[in-house]
Amino acid sequence: MAATNILKIDNLAFERNDTLLFEPVSLQLNSGEALHIEGANGAGKTTFFQILINLLEPSAGSVYFRGQTFSECRYDYLSDILFIGHQSGVKATLSVEENLRWMSPDNTSAEKIALALQSVGLEHYANIPCYRLSAGQHRRVALARLVTTTASLWYLDEPFAALDKQGVAFIEGCMQQHLNSGGAMVFSSHQDLVKIEARSYRLQSYRGVM
Amino acid sequence: MYNYLSGGFSAYLYRDLLLGIRNKTDLVKPLIFFLLISALVPLAIAPEAERLAQLAPGIIWILAVLATLLSVERLFSDDLQDGSLEQMLLSPNMLILPILGKIAAHWLMIGLPLTLLSPLIGIWFSLPVVAVIPMILSLALGTAVLSLIGAVGAALTLPRQGGVLLALLVMPLYMPVLIFGSATIQSAVDGLDWTAPLAILAAFLAIAIALCPLAINAGLRLAKNG
Repeated sequence: MAATNILKIDNLAFERNDTLLFEPVSLQLNSGEALHIEGANGAGKTTFFQILINLLEPSAGSVYFRGQTFSECRYDYLSDILFIGHQSGVKATLSVEENLRWMSPDNTSAEKIALALQSVGLEHYANIPCYRLSAGQHRRVALARLVTTTASLWYLDEPFAALDKQGVAFIEGCMQQHLNSGGAMVFSSHQDLVKIEARSYRLQSYRGVM
Repeated sequence: MYNYLSGGFSAYLYRDLLLGIRNKTDLVKPLIFFLLISALVPLAIAPEAERLAQLAPGIIWILAVLATLLSVERLFSDDLQDGSLEQMLLSPNMLILPILGKIAAHWLMIGLPLTLLSPLIGIWFSLPVVAVIPMILSLALGTAVLSLIGAVGAALTLPRQGGVLLALLVMPLYMPVLIFGSATIQSAVDGLDWTAPLAILAAFLAIAIALCPLAINAGLRLAKNG
């Protein structure tokens, strides 16, 4: 499969309290590639993701999705990305299955939902309200979306937080499958990944003078 | 099916109703407040039928405003905390319909029960029978306006949970609704034509449906940016 360019980040910078949060970032991401964003706590990883999903405006630089800027392809871009951040979006009073159904694309079949629950090991919890789950299980509900999603570009901000070894293996499996089928992803993690072949990019805190 | 992350009006309406039914205490609190205060008023003021009937239109409307204000502050703050607001903002569709869906759910859980309970309060306050229908109609339209305006305040006061700032922000906007709402009931009590103030309430509702979602949309994006 010929790799096509999915994402191009050009001199992206973000300013907070009159200084740049990180050294300007220039990156390219092609289909089938994974990008591992590293950086110390507070280096701006989450902010970086917020810019990529168009919730924050960059102070300088631009991001191109398949060669177009966000404003040119807003609808196409947002329908083709999956973002899972620190806050899972899981509603505590809804059951596991209701939550997954809510967060999955509209035409997801019941079998697909069941399969997703099974692959995160929550098939016996389908009707349990999420406030009864542990932090790791909570996380698994959100990450079950990786099975049901149809998006081609994944943004995962610390997907491995609170997960046990088995959970990490499941996520890595999903990621590998996604890459094999031509998808692309950007993720952040403090762990070293065993299975996934990913390019690393380290966000450097800004040292220059204004 | 209601499972659209990118879905519109009915998806968010259904989800918020479901959440409301699961968190019953949040749902019942404003209604209990509404009933309790109206039970106290005749005790605190003289229980004479004529005096109560004079006060009734105003008191019923003040209670409706306060009950809405109490409940509206959590409209977006829960979603912000658990991250579902972020997912909502990522929807490729226009945010207007999900926002209206959430507000419709809020009205169905607060405004509509208040409206349906109001005849009972009318009886407590010895409200003349001719004023009951105008009261129900004015509350039905007016509480919807209150929900819409309150939602603007709730979006603007994020990430904090409303509180005093929210009250200060929306109170001036609630005043016209309060004035024309109680005027509708008062006109009916006095035997005047009550359709004119009701029509103004309906006009408020039309304007609020058109404009409030735009302000809320901007407010929610601002909250994520801050």
